[in-house]
Amino acid sequence: MSLSFLEKVLFLIERYYPLFLSGMATTMLIAITGTVAGFVIGLVVAVIRTIPVSEHDSKFKKIALAIVKFICVAYIEVFRGTPMMIQAAVFYYGIFMGVNIDLTLAAFVIVSINTGAYMAEIIRGGIISIDKGQTEGAYSIGMNHRQTMTSVVLPQAIRNIMPSVGNEFVVNIKDTSVLNVIGVAELYFQSRSAAGTYAMAFQSFTIAAVIYFFLTFIVTRILRLIERRMDGPKSYVIYGSQTNPDAEIRIKKGGARNGRY
Amino acid sequence: MAVIELSHLEKSFGEIEVLKDISLSVDKGEVISVIGASGSGKSTMLRCINLLEKPSGGKICFHGKDIMDKGLNLSEYRAKVGMVFQQFNLFENMTALQNCVVGQIKVLRRRKEEAEEVARENLARVGMLQYINAKPRQLSGGQKQRVAIARTLSMNPEVILFDEPTSALDPEMVGEVLAVMRTLAESGYTMIVVTHEMGFAKDVSNRVIFMDKGVVVEDDTPSVIFQNPKVQRTKEFLARYFAS
Ligand SMILES: Nc1ncnc2c1ncn2[C@@H]1O[C@H](COP(=O)(O)OP(=O)(O)OP(=O)(O)O)[C@@H](O)[C@H]1O
Ligand SMILES: [Mg+2]
Repeated sequence: MSLSFLEKVLFLIERYYPLFLSGMATTMLIAITGTVAGFVIGLVVAVIRTIPVSEHDSKFKKIALAIVKFICVAYIEVFRGTPMMIQAAVFYYGIFMGVNIDLTLAAFVIVSINTGAYMAEIIRGGIISIDKGQTEGAYSIGMNHRQTMTSVVLPQAIRNIMPSVGNEFVVNIKDTSVLNVIGVAELYFQSRSAAGTYAMAFQSFTIAAVIYFFLTFIVTRILRLIERRMDGPKSYVIYGSQTNPDAEIRIKKGGARNGRY
Repeated sequence: MAVIELSHLEKSFGEIEVLKDISLSVDKGEVISVIGASGSGKSTMLRCINLLEKPSGGKICFHGKDIMDKGLNLSEYRAKVGMVFQQFNLFENMTALQNCVVGQIKVLRRRKEEAEEVARENLARVGMLQYINAKPRQLSGGQKQRVAIARTLSMNPEVILFDEPTSALDPEMVGEVLAVMRTLAESGYTMIVVTHEMGFAKDVSNRVIFMDKGVVVEDDTPSVIFQNPKVQRTKEFLARYFAS
């Protein structure tokens, strides 16, 4: 039997497309939920880590805060400092041992916690990049730290870190492949199964590569769209003018009034 | 009773003593200009009054109440003692209107409609009503500073602190901001203005304070300070200032 490369690829697709599709679905499910949950975890950790200690605070608050911050740092160091594959193995064979946990759920937990550690640092970077002046501006009109964070700092920080969040998402789509170590039926796992039976590893993994690329490409496009939505309009409306007070004047990008956008 | 009273105020950053024994009493409706060389502690004094810095010693009273008391509601106090910064410090993610609204809703618990009404009034007052939908990055320096003033006014402050409000502006925009400040002074706001604009200090304020190396050197009417200052150091500073 001498089939060409393309014929073998088509043969695999025809025979195993349900495998590839379910692998793709599992991969995307874990990557999406893991990234979203990781973002939430990272947000909480980063916000805690940037709570200022003020001299007005009570001793109890200062000590409690120091302990919580230490736990946050330890979490980040441990989960960034060890491979996700090892984390998965330790969690699944160690901590979840004997508990009859669903594999996909275990995968979701591991990816979320792992992503959270990276997101925490990305978001903290976003927070400290917002200039201190805006925070002081908010304090000066009486806003407290929480109000300043939610209304002023975080909206800008999150917008600025969207490219890095996109990176994490893409990394997660690809890195779910390490979860085959605990037997999660994600895309790599399924491609390996498909490859095995007819000894068509090259063809099967080529199909997997194309699917991975397709997934990451779509995701990056969608994230770009979200970024643009967050930026809001490039123009603004001026109310009234010297000659006609009721006129609406639209200032377009690069308009004559001032070109600073 | 004085609106704001500093007694023996001190502030150190580590080993550096920036403010040494500052005593100052500000009455309702007074417009005080604070002048002095760079590094003399003018900003630090304003930041202590607004509690952006915690004083290391002495006392600051607002209507006779110590503002460092545990019982003080810091948010309420800061709303009553507004501050306008050299670098504007507007919220970059909000429009001019939102900049003036957010504090009213979060701090003063006003309803949105009421807050927007107040914001519009104050933006009109500083001549920025046309730009309510502009984000700070779409405005010039002078326009930004006027929005920042409207933001402070929207909190209905009793006292407004200005820290070199025109120093970051191109010369042609200084006038529009000073004009706004002049109308505020005329409408009875209590103001403490750190400034290098000697014209403003002379014409608009009714008291001028000369600071040097963390102490108040001279505190008098503009005519005394500018025409015949009593202290040698004031003379030297002004002579150097007007020579350059
Ligand atoms: N956070 C800080 N940490 C350490 N030193 C500081 C801090 N803030 C101010 N200083 C020091 O305090 C001194 C007074 O600073 P301040 O900003 O109050 O002066 P200023 O009179 O406002 O000067 P300028 O006219 O340049 O604005 C300076 O020597 C400055 O280096
Ligand atoms: Mg200063």
